[in-house]
Amino acid sequence: MSTRRTFLKSSAAAAGALATGVWPARAGNAPGITGTEIKIGQTMPYSGPASAYGVIGKTEAAYFKMINEQGGVNGRKINLVSLDDGYSPPKTVEQTRKLVEEEQVSFILNGLGTAPMLAVREYLNQNKVPQLFVATGAAAFGDYQHFPWTMGYQPNYQTEANIFGKHIAATKAGGKVAILYQNDGFGKDYVTGLKAGLGADKAGMVISEVSYENAEPTVDSQIVTLQASGADIFVIAATPKYAAQAIRKAFDIGWTPTRYVTDVSVSIAAVLKPAGLDKSKGLITAAYAKDATDAIWKDDPGLKAFADFVAKYGSANDIKDTNAAYGFNMGVLTVEVLKRCGADLSRENIMKQATSIKDLELPMLLPGVRINTAPDNYYPIRTMQLAQFDGENWKNFGELITA
Amino acid sequence: MVEFLHQLASGLALGGIYAIMALALVMIYQATQLVNFAQGEMAMFSTYFAWYLIDSGEPYWFAFVATALASFAGGLAIERVVVRPFARAPILASVIVFIGLSFIFNSLAGWLYGYSIQSFDSPFPSKPLLGNVYMSAHESGAILVTFVVLALVYGFFRFTPLGLALRAAAQNPVSSRLVGIRVGWMLAIGWGLAAAIGAVAGMMAAPIVYLDPNMMGGILLYAFAGAVLGGIDNPWGAVVGGFVVGVMENIVGAYVVGAEVKLSVALVVIVGVLVIKPSGLFGRPIVARV
Amino acid sequence: MSAASSASTTNARATFGLAALGWSILGLVAVTLPLYASGYHLFQFSQVLIYAVALVGLNLLTGFNGQISLGHGAFFAIGGYGTAILVAKFGLPYWAAIPLASAVCFGAGFLFGFPALRLGGLYLALATFALAVAAPQMLSYKGFDAFTGGAQGLQVAKPHAPFGLPLSVDQWLYVVCLASAAVLALVALNLIHGRVGRALIAIRDHPIAAETMGVNAALYKTTCFGVSAMYAGVAGGLSAIVVGFVSPDSFGLYLSLAFLVGVVVGGLASVGGMIFGALFIEFVPNYADQLSVYFGEGAKALPGAIYGVLLILIMAAAPSGVAGLLQALARRLTGARRA
Repeated sequence: MSTRRTFLKSSAAAAGALATGVWPARAGNAPGITGTEIKIGQTMPYSGPASAYGVIGKTEAAYFKMINEQGGVNGRKINLVSLDDGYSPPKTVEQTRKLVEEEQVSFILNGLGTAPMLAVREYLNQNKVPQLFVATGAAAFGDYQHFPWTMGYQPNYQTEANIFGKHIAATKAGGKVAILYQNDGFGKDYVTGLKAGLGADKAGMVISEVSYENAEPTVDSQIVTLQASGADIFVIAATPKYAAQAIRKAFDIGWTPTRYVTDVSVSIAAVLKPAGLDKSKGLITAAYAKDATDAIWKDDPGLKAFADFVAKYGSANDIKDTNAAYGFNMGVLTVEVLKRCGADLSRENIMKQATSIKDLELPMLLPGVRINTAPDNYYPIRTMQLAQFDGENWKNFGELITA
Repeated sequence: MVEFLHQLASGLALGGIYAIMALALVMIYQATQLVNFAQGEMAMFSTYFAWYLIDSGEPYWFAFVATALASFAGGLAIERVVVRPFARAPILASVIVFIGLSFIFNSLAGWLYGYSIQSFDSPFPSKPLLGNVYMSAHESGAILVTFVVLALVYGFFRFTPLGLALRAAAQNPVSSRLVGIRVGWMLAIGWGLAAAIGAVAGMMAAPIVYLDPNMMGGILLYAFAGAVLGGIDNPWGAVVGGFVVGVMENIVGAYVVGAEVKLSVALVVIVGVLVIKPSGLFGRPIVARV
Repeated sequence: MSAASSASTTNARATFGLAALGWSILGLVAVTLPLYASGYHLFQFSQVLIYAVALVGLNLLTGFNGQISLGHGAFFAIGGYGTAILVAKFGLPYWAAIPLASAVCFGAGFLFGFPALRLGGLYLALATFALAVAAPQMLSYKGFDAFTGGAQGLQVAKPHAPFGLPLSVDQWLYVVCLASAAVLALVALNLIHGRVGRALIAIRDHPIAAETMGVNAALYKTTCFGVSAMYAGVAGGLSAIVVGFVSPDSFGLYLSLAFLVGVVVGGLASVGGMIFGALFIEFVPNYADQLSVYFGEGAKALPGAIYGVLLILIMAAAPSGVAGLLQALARRLTGARRA
């Protein structure tokens, strides 16, 4: 082990010597790679309407700080240049160009948002800069034939809704389905996926579709409308605040359908507790990550690693924040990909390593959910687990489902 | 019918929140002839303060009063330190300062408290009041609070020397100064009161919409609409406007156009009303002096 | 008396000379920029010019005619989407698409000007604010998905320089933006310094007196709204081809607020000042982001707050905008020279 490390160190030193020489970098290595540093770029909404997601970038920066304190990756320190784009696609384009052309980053990691990432996809592919693990569940990010430098990360929304649809068709074939969805790409993908999952002959089961806007104070009115439709199955494709409101309001007006909730909004501390644990009993979801606030994981080594990390490098709010757990997983995955690159940190090799991961487990993924990629599979997580909330914890049921 | 009553009730409940917020806007408008775009974020910040007190074990009503007082002091301080220097600048410079303030409060709250939603206690029992099955006790209670705040505001302006001095200072600063009213302080007190009323609105809204840094964004928009609809110089009008907006939003969304465009339609209707009655339903007509 | 007045004319002449010198330098820098700036910087300055066009348009309305609009992001969006749809779905060249899309904006603005006639100050601010809030929702409306691409937006191919000019795409787009901004600024200056401008300002300052003097206030105000929206539309169209992408998220409420910020920071009722307003809204959020790194453990948490503080500080330093500040500075400089 130690000989291997020394070998890597010396080769890193050699690369460093080359990098600091007359020639800007060793021909093979990507820009942003020196003997001592791996420079990675990222855009995040630290300001503006989606600033809640900024926690992801902050957590990743903190994780790399921890890794650097432990000696870095193969002797190199990770330098994440994470820039604010305010969730505005024109700004994303500007900041991404800054990262690629000025900062000379080796690749773009986990940039956030469907529209922002679509805005820079073409540019990054033209310049052959890896756009790794985009932080969005839009199905568009896995098109390896047209965009070989762009890959997704989390299960896409359509897949997830598809699982719900199949489960409904299998368990309550005669039911009537109502869906509450956010009026954007996320919500609309959900409606599409749900109908696909039900199957063409059963798509008519969906008798009521009502949307809400992110700017609205509550969805109470929508819930009343949905209840009045007479549905006995209720699918909630909403972000945490609106999901909590939906769960509570449905209960309060005496509507007791079978309820499915998107995995975006399954945090016990951040959604179900505010909604009321008794009111949340019976909810069904399809999840791929551990909920750090579910006592079921109290003694889980993955959760322990996360909790220790948060205690030392994060803020007090992070343990409850699903975005922090998301960032933690992403940090682990990134370090793993970089380790596998070894001494060859060319963009081609980074892409090659990122697209040849087999059964990698991450500390905050559910047991059995693993990262799998291949040159013709750009969707790293395709496995989900159905679970039901029993008033205290999420209880998994059924087999792992791989879409 | 049951569905309609539910829609109506939930519209009234939200309308009550809009109404209190609209009162805060009226308060500042009365004092300064300006609309404070940062009012919502200030109210949100106050609500976090209350949440912090309750979370550290203080009883609800203590937290409620402490928050209202602290918000009063905070509003006063903001007026003296941040807003005052722009008294002689163009009006739009003040508007930009308000926009800056709202960014500051939003960002600070996220930094201090995180973006996860927090549940917020209600002072009212968990059983519905008076057998009203269409509303939670908190929703009925919040409507009650709306009218209490309205009565206080009305009584304050009508019967107390301070309230009269405030009105005088706003309407005729020069003469007020001559009779010994300290006009500058009156403006600051107006800001303080608006901040305190906003805090009450936030504490009433949080149990319904949950507490998070973006909690007041939509509420402020509707409160703004309510205040303008009722007439921004009239506390009664603002309250009626708030309720009308709350109910109309639900009814129009549920029965007329569908939820998908309900936000736009509600706003279009408001603009439509304004075109017919430009000074709001109950506002004084604007008379131009030649 | 005569000595004083002649001194003040020398003064005015000196101020004018100083301004001319400043603008010449600025113009020279702008024209020669493609020679030495990188593609990324050219992209940034193209954005600045685009913002400047929108700001000039908004200032015609708000600064010169006294109508406050918090909703110009919506017209910017119509211009952007109009251009993107015409280019991507109908295969029109961009130089035809942008004028067409901005003509639509003129129509939309002109029509919006009618209800605006009835709404004074604050009430107009609300109506236009509603427009800004509703814009993203309308853009993602299901019925339009076939044209707008829904929430996923539309990709727009970037044009290459014509006639075999030896310019990169970034250089060419910058030249297009610079030319558009220069022409539109000159048109605006011409409007303002002529009869139209005097009428607009008269309506702003003394509406009733203006009407008694025979100014058709309604026509002027609605047309002003239309022209202002057209400027925003041109800017939106340019933005669509420079960025190469439009989506509902590109035209959020923050964009409309940024425009108002730009107009006030640049200087109300000033055409030249808009370039400073545009520089502010393009670069200051980036600086706020960079500054936020220095805030300890919670790094990156506060770019919004820092931007807010910077906004308030610049307003305190220059309550009448950069244009006002520069004027005061020039006056002081030339005054000092005379003494």
